[in-house]
Amino acid sequence: MHNKTLTELSKGLRSGEFSSVELTHHFLNRIDQLDGVYNSFITVTAEQALAQAAAADQQLAKGNTPVLCGVPMAHKDIFCTEGVRTSCGSRMLDTFVPPYNATVVENFAAAGAVVLGKTNMDEFAMGSSNETSYYGPVKNPWQTQCVPGGSSGGSAAAIAARLTPAATATDTGGSIRQPAALCGITGLKPTYGRVSRWGMIAFASSLDQGGPMARNAEDVAVLLNTMASFDDKDSTCLERPVPDYTATLNAKLDGLTIGVPEQYFGDGLNPAVEQAVQDALREYENLGATIKDISLPHSNLSVPAYYVIAPAEASANLSRFDGVRYGHRCDNPQDLEDLYKRSRAEGFGDEVKRRILVGAYCLSAGYYDAYYKKALQVRRLIQQDFVAAFKQVDIIMGPTCPNPAFEFGSKGSDPVAMYLEDIYTIATNLAGLPGMSIPCGLVDDKPVGLQLIGNYFDEARMLNIAHRFQQQTDWHQLAPPSITNVSLQDESIAHANGESA
Amino acid sequence: MSWETVIGLEIHVQLATKTKIFSGASTAFGAAPNTQACAIDLAMPGTLPVLNKKAVDMAILFGLAIDAEINLVSAFDRKNYFYPDLPKGYQTTQLDKPIVGPGTVEITLADGSHKNIRIHHAHLEEDAGKSLHEDFDGMSGIDLNRAGTPLIEIVTEPDISNAEEALAFAKKLHGLVTSIGICDGKMSQGSLRFDVNVSVRRPDEPLGTRTETKNLNSFRFMEKAIAKEVARQIDVLEDGGTIRQETRLYDGDTDSARSMRSKEEANDYRYFPCPDLLPVVIEQNHIEALRASLPELPEARKKRYMADYSLSDYDAGILSDDASMAHYFEASAEVADDAKLAANWIMGELSAQLNSSETDINDSPVSAEQLGGLIVRIKDGSISNKMARTVFEALWNNPADKSSADDIIEQLGLKQVSDSGAIETLVDEVIANSAQQVANYAKADASKRPKMLGYFVGQIMKASKGQANPQQVNEVLLKKLDALI
Amino acid sequence: MTIERADIEKLAKLAQIGITEENIVATTNSINSVLTLVDQLQAADTTAVEPMANPLDATQRLRADTVSEANCRENFQNIAPAVADGLYLVPRVIE
Repeated sequence: MHNKTLTELSKGLRSGEFSSVELTHHFLNRIDQLDGVYNSFITVTAEQALAQAAAADQQLAKGNTPVLCGVPMAHKDIFCTEGVRTSCGSRMLDTFVPPYNATVVENFAAAGAVVLGKTNMDEFAMGSSNETSYYGPVKNPWQTQCVPGGSSGGSAAAIAARLTPAATATDTGGSIRQPAALCGITGLKPTYGRVSRWGMIAFASSLDQGGPMARNAEDVAVLLNTMASFDDKDSTCLERPVPDYTATLNAKLDGLTIGVPEQYFGDGLNPAVEQAVQDALREYENLGATIKDISLPHSNLSVPAYYVIAPAEASANLSRFDGVRYGHRCDNPQDLEDLYKRSRAEGFGDEVKRRILVGAYCLSAGYYDAYYKKALQVRRLIQQDFVAAFKQVDIIMGPTCPNPAFEFGSKGSDPVAMYLEDIYTIATNLAGLPGMSIPCGLVDDKPVGLQLIGNYFDEARMLNIAHRFQQQTDWHQLAPPSITNVSLQDESIAHANGESA
Repeated sequence: MSWETVIGLEIHVQLATKTKIFSGASTAFGAAPNTQACAIDLAMPGTLPVLNKKAVDMAILFGLAIDAEINLVSAFDRKNYFYPDLPKGYQTTQLDKPIVGPGTVEITLADGSHKNIRIHHAHLEEDAGKSLHEDFDGMSGIDLNRAGTPLIEIVTEPDISNAEEALAFAKKLHGLVTSIGICDGKMSQGSLRFDVNVSVRRPDEPLGTRTETKNLNSFRFMEKAIAKEVARQIDVLEDGGTIRQETRLYDGDTDSARSMRSKEEANDYRYFPCPDLLPVVIEQNHIEALRASLPELPEARKKRYMADYSLSDYDAGILSDDASMAHYFEASAEVADDAKLAANWIMGELSAQLNSSETDINDSPVSAEQLGGLIVRIKDGSISNKMARTVFEALWNNPADKSSADDIIEQLGLKQVSDSGAIETLVDEVIANSAQQVANYAKADASKRPKMLGYFVGQIMKASKGQANPQQVNEVLLKKLDALI
Repeated sequence: MTIERADIEKLAKLAQIGITEENIVATTNSINSVLTLVDQLQAADTTAVEPMANPLDATQRLRADTVSEANCRENFQNIAPAVADGLYLVPRVIE
């Protein structure tokens, strides 16, 4: 059952092949047996999931249910879930149980989806390797000595390991696309403003965007149909109709013009990754598309601009964690300053603290113009590059990441080495454009991703373009070797990885 | 050599919206702690602000009322600092693009002269919660009901030269915001709070170093705090010292002030555009609709009072400046059917009582209807002015008692005897019992007679237990005495 | 731009994050590394470029002034570290 896609599972539920309770048991069992290795879940909500599944089965029996009714999924632990601990991967929120739901969580609940649990992530979504999580790193199911990417590494790894057919995720600088690429799955960061941010714990408000992850574009389209909505609780959520993203999946690609930015193929790109991307582009030519070289001249400034803007916004967004109303509070504070300083020093990990300090610096008196304002100006230049490019092409393609998954600890102590892993994904967030990663090959037996960057609100077209590719290729169907021969009854699989379940 | 004082004010005006500026929680005053602090006000993770339309409209109304430019595009910024009454760790405010641009407020001083005070700008922002310093085992308690209450902060140019002008400006502003209905004006509840920037200098010298005294929430405290700070600065400078740029706290209860923090200790607020809120764009036709909805402004009201009620410039000014006062005046004048008498009573007896008890006109124990009713009885001669004061006092002292002036007159047995038959009987009795005095009166020179009337009047009033209409008594007495001579 | 120990101490105060003595050097180094990265921005010609705070070409939506939130104090204070009499408790606030 776990090798089926979300769309197949939905059909199986409706044809009576299996019940939602059976399906939910199956995935819970897999999580129970396998996730000791991958550590992709922070919280598993077995009881609630089974109750939701039983309710879904009743709905399914009546017929005429939404596509997602009874289908198991998981939420990144950045989305607030009423009554279920929402940690954001941080000690700060280790005991935080929100009394409210994120709009995204509400949307999936209304569709009848079954929530298996909350997935692991880099602390406050700050990281590209899942190493900053308070709950320990997530292991890449393809090679467990490698990172799954981040920050949505838990969601990506859980899908790759077939612990869930789908999951929600968020993307501030590549946090959906990079782990999707490194785990060999499909992930979409929608246009900024397409998915509500209400109840999604903020990292950098003008860059954060929630999006779906699954095994293929068709499933992602199904998920986005439910995830995207207008929400009057989020001032930056746009009031525009949500199209049926599945309706145009099969449209022909004849006449499609694909822009390939020269800047995405320069120094630092692993040649084998480049080859996989070039092969994918040839496949698109076979599908009727035309390839056009384009230039995004300010691309090299996207990482520097991002590491001013994101920390600046984060430094303010994370001020609310002060040990007063919720979250971690130090023992026996001596005075107010002690309460703040110790609660925050204990509650936040190193990367989060570093970004808060960098953000405070870039906004501080005397440095605002040189850093923050400058970064916002560069941000506009980067956006204008894209606007100009989309006058010539329908979609932009390139690698999602310069390298396949790297080994834990390989980036050393210099944070910048890690930051550069997001070199191709960050510009999309700065511009607010939709971006997507789909599997397009294996390098060193590890998956690599093809990145699709679309014009504003062009998600339906992107999903169509991705889907057509996936109908011609089978990269998205590959499963990590460590899990392919595992059957549900075989309790030895966890031990096969040298660790106990 | 003399000193010149330069004062600028920053006024925080709580807008009279039903809900917070960024959340749907109620702003009603006096609720139990934290019962009106919703997830947004508490800065729960993942919550987001959505701007209250009414708060925007009220800010625009204020701008229109002071003839200011309304900025068609304004934006919100975050002002970062840690304080327990500030749940997000930043205040959402407007720094670079305030909603209201420069404007002017004209004030009238006691000598009748006028002065223009320029408004630099006014911006929208959120209020903070409250720290309660009662002892919880050495801890303070935080109530966030007020957090997120919409404010406009009005910033003046340093055009104010002394405490009197500051006071006149503050009162004028109070009248303005209450007249246009954007603030309830309740100073005791913190609905208007003043920050005062003060510096002194020798004439023709550059501006001196200024200090800021924050959060003054009564006119009297503001006046005293300014006077105190001006005197302190002059003392320091005349002793050869220098003024430190600092934030000061004034304690009205003890009439004392102290330094809170110096400029060096001042926060680096790290303002930046709030990414959770988009630019606020206002259509010109919306501004025109709001302009059309503006109620009568104090200035126009004053002119109307002078024209319609023949009130003096001074009287009309006092009664029209404040919306509550104006409303009270118009309501009592209507009941009394006499604007002049209503004005006299409001500016005399009522104002004296309000001032001595530091009571807001809105909380006056004597309602406009009660006062109007009282005036009716003065006019129809039912009670004397002296009796009226007794009735007024009774009304004032029993605020819970909803009695009318007539009820009180009845209760106290104060009704003036105006029945001419009854008065004639009284006069006849007194004359009959005062043969000697009548004889003396008859003998006296006509020019001395008026003085001699006092005895008879006194006797008659005594006999009537003070209830005889004195005017009628005089008339009847004169007629009867003249008939006897 | 490089920063020194004193700058880190100032930032730690602004951000209210305690930094231990043993961490201060490592923190300073890693932040300097980030600042070296972001200093690349200085090379960009941004003359007359309007800063872009938000990617959306949209304007603020306004909410009707109607009360929509009920009293949820109990729910919220159930997850609070220290409360009494409906108030959040903090070490004494001195103005």
